[in-house]
Amino acid sequence: MTGVVVPLAAPDRPINGVALTIVILLFIVVAALGFLAARWRRGEETGLHSLDEWGLGGRGFGTWVTWFLLGGDLYTAYTFVAVPAAMWATGAVSGFFAVPYTIVLYPIVFLLMSRLWSVSHRHGFVTPADFVGGRYGSRTLSLAVAVTGIVATMPYIALQLVGIKAVLTVLGLGSAENVLLTDLPLIIAFVVLAAYTYTSGLRAPALIAVVKDLLIYLAVIVAVIYLPIKFGGWDNIFGAAQTKLGTVNPATGRPAGVFIPGAASYSAYWTLALGSALALFMYPHSITGVLATKSRNTIRKNAAVLPLYSLMLGFLALLGYVAIYAGTKPIDLNGAVNPQLVVPQLFLDHFPAWFAGIALAAIAIGALVPAAIMSIAAANLFTRNIYRDFIKPEATPKEEANVSKIASLVVKFGALIFVIAMDQSAAINMQLLGGIWILQTFPAIVAGLYTRWFHRWALFAGWAAGILYGTIAAYNVVNPVTKANFGGSIAAIPGTDVQVYIAVVAFAINLIVAAVLTAVFRAMKLPEGMDITRRSDYGADENDPKVAEIQREYPLAEPGSTV
Amino acid sequence: MSSPDVPTRGPARPGPYIISGVLLAIAIVVPLYVPAYSFDQPRLAGMPFFYWYQMMWIPVTACLVGISYWLVSKEDRRRHAAVQDRGNGGQER
Repeated sequence: MTGVVVPLAAPDRPINGVALTIVILLFIVVAALGFLAARWRRGEETGLHSLDEWGLGGRGFGTWVTWFLLGGDLYTAYTFVAVPAAMWATGAVSGFFAVPYTIVLYPIVFLLMSRLWSVSHRHGFVTPADFVGGRYGSRTLSLAVAVTGIVATMPYIALQLVGIKAVLTVLGLGSAENVLLTDLPLIIAFVVLAAYTYTSGLRAPALIAVVKDLLIYLAVIVAVIYLPIKFGGWDNIFGAAQTKLGTVNPATGRPAGVFIPGAASYSAYWTLALGSALALFMYPHSITGVLATKSRNTIRKNAAVLPLYSLMLGFLALLGYVAIYAGTKPIDLNGAVNPQLVVPQLFLDHFPAWFAGIALAAIAIGALVPAAIMSIAAANLFTRNIYRDFIKPEATPKEEANVSKIASLVVKFGALIFVIAMDQSAAINMQLLGGIWILQTFPAIVAGLYTRWFHRWALFAGWAAGILYGTIAAYNVVNPVTKANFGGSIAAIPGTDVQVYIAVVAFAINLIVAAVLTAVFRAMKLPEGMDITRRSDYGADENDPKVAEIQREYPLAEPGSTV
Repeated sequence: MSSPDVPTRGPARPGPYIISGVLLAIAIVVPLYVPAYSFDQPRLAGMPFFYWYQMMWIPVTACLVGISYWLVSKEDRRRHAAVQDRGNGGQER
C-alpha cells in the first residue's frame, strides 16, 4: 500500500518517500512554470510595468485560460480539504451545502459580472473599490470596500497554508517536538510562491492553474470510480455515514451530524448556500479573475462551463463519507483528531504511493494558485484605493505596479506569520468572519451596476450596520463542545428561532439601512458625489474605446479629472 | 466630461432578456428549495435522493446558463452591430 517507508530521526509519522518525492518534483515543475510565466504573452513595449499587466495579466485571458484560472481560484485547496472534512465530521448541513452553493453561484455571476467587466474595461478599473469610488465619487466608501476586501482575504490566504500543512503532515514531514522543522517546508514553499508572484504577477497562477486543475481532476475521477468499487458500492458508504452521523454524541446529547436535513435545518441549508454564493464574487480575488478576461461575455461563457468544477467538488465532498466507511484515522502530530487530514490520509491509505503523491501534490499546488491570486488582488486594492487615493495621487502606472508587487509580498508574509504564530482556529474564525464581512460590500458594488439611486453615505451606513451585526452575532455563537466563541456561522434571526446563515441577516440589515437612509438623505438633498461612469459604459465590449482614448479625442474635458 | 456619451449598444429587444431571466431564476430558486429534496428515497446506485438530486442540478444549471449565454450574447452582438453601422456612417470613417 505505502511505498518506501524511511524512518527519520524521532518521527511521529513515517515519511512516505515515494509520495513525498512526487510532491516535491511536481512542486519544482510548477515553480519553474511560475517563473516562465513572466514571458508568456508579454506586452512588448511595457513589460510588466503596470497594474494591467502585472495585476491583471494584460486583461487578455480568453475562455480556456479563464476557465482554469477561475477554477483554480474559486475551488481552493482549503475547500478540497475542508468540505470533505466537514462531511466526515458533521455531515450534510456544514459540508454538502457547498453543492447548492456552487450551483446558484453561476446564474448570479452571469447576471452581475459582465456589467462590472464593461465599466471596468472602459475606465481602467482594477479593483471593485475603484468602481465604487468612480461611481459614487466617495473615497470613504471605496476605502470601506477596499479594507473589507483586504481584511477578508488575509485569513483566506492563511487557510491555503492550512491546506498545504494538512498535506505535509500526512506525508510525515514535521514533528510535535520541533516546531521550526515542521514549518520549514511550508516556509520554503511560500518563499518560492512569493518570488514567482513578484516576478510574473497574475500570469503565474494562470499558467500553474492548468497543471493543478488537470491533476485534481485526475485524482478525484480515479478516487470516485475506484473507491466505491473497492468498498462494495455507494450503499455501504452511505450506510456507514448514516450510522455515524446518527450516533448521539455524549458531550452534547445530540446526534454527531446531519445525514439528510430535517425541517429545522432547511433555512440554515439554503441561506448558507445563497449567502456564500452572493459573497464569493465580492472577494477581490474573484473579481481579479473576472477583470483579467478578454471580453465582456468571456465570464458569461465561463459561467456555463465552470460548473464542471462543482461536480468534482460534489464527488470530493462524498469522499468524506467514503472515509467514514474506510475507517480513515486523521490523527494530527499532537495525537488529536484533525478532520482536515481526512482526504489526504484517505488517498495515502488506499492508493499506491505514487498516485497518492499526485493527489497530494494537486492539493498542495491547489493552495498556491489561489494564494497567489488573493495576494495580488489584496495588493491591487492597497495600491489603488489606499496608496493612490490617499498617499500619492499622481503615482504613475510603473510606480503602481512596484507598490503592488511589494504589497503582495507583505500580504503573503502576513498570512504566513498568521498561520505559524497563531492557532489554526484563529485563521478559521477570521475566515468565517471574512465571509460575513465581504457580503456587506455587495450593496455598494452590485447596486451601483444597475442604479445610482442609493446614496453614498447611506451605503456606507448600511455597510457599517451589517458588519457590526455580523461580528456580534458570530461572536455570540458558542461551540457546544469547547465553549469557545465564534463557534459557527449559523444563528437565529433576532426575535425568532429560525436558524440561518448570519451573513444573510447582516446583509438584509445592510440593505434596509441603506434604503431607508437613502430616502432620508435624498429628502435632505445631501450632496450625491460625482459619477464618472455613464450609461454607455455598462454595455461596452473589448473593441469599444476606453474612456482615456475618448478623452484624447475630445481634449475639451477637464484636464486630470480622470485617466 | 464634455465628450458626448456615444452609445455602445443599440436599443434592446426584450425577448432574449426575459427568457434568460426566467431560466436563471429557475437555476437559482429550484436548487435552494430544500423541502423538495430532503428525502432518502428513491436511491440511485445506492445514493440517497438528497445527494443525487443536487448533483443532478449541476449539469442542469450549466445548461440553463449555457442557453442564456447563447441568447444574450447573440442579442449583445446585434446591439453592438446596430451602433457600429450607425457610428461609421455618422463619423464618415
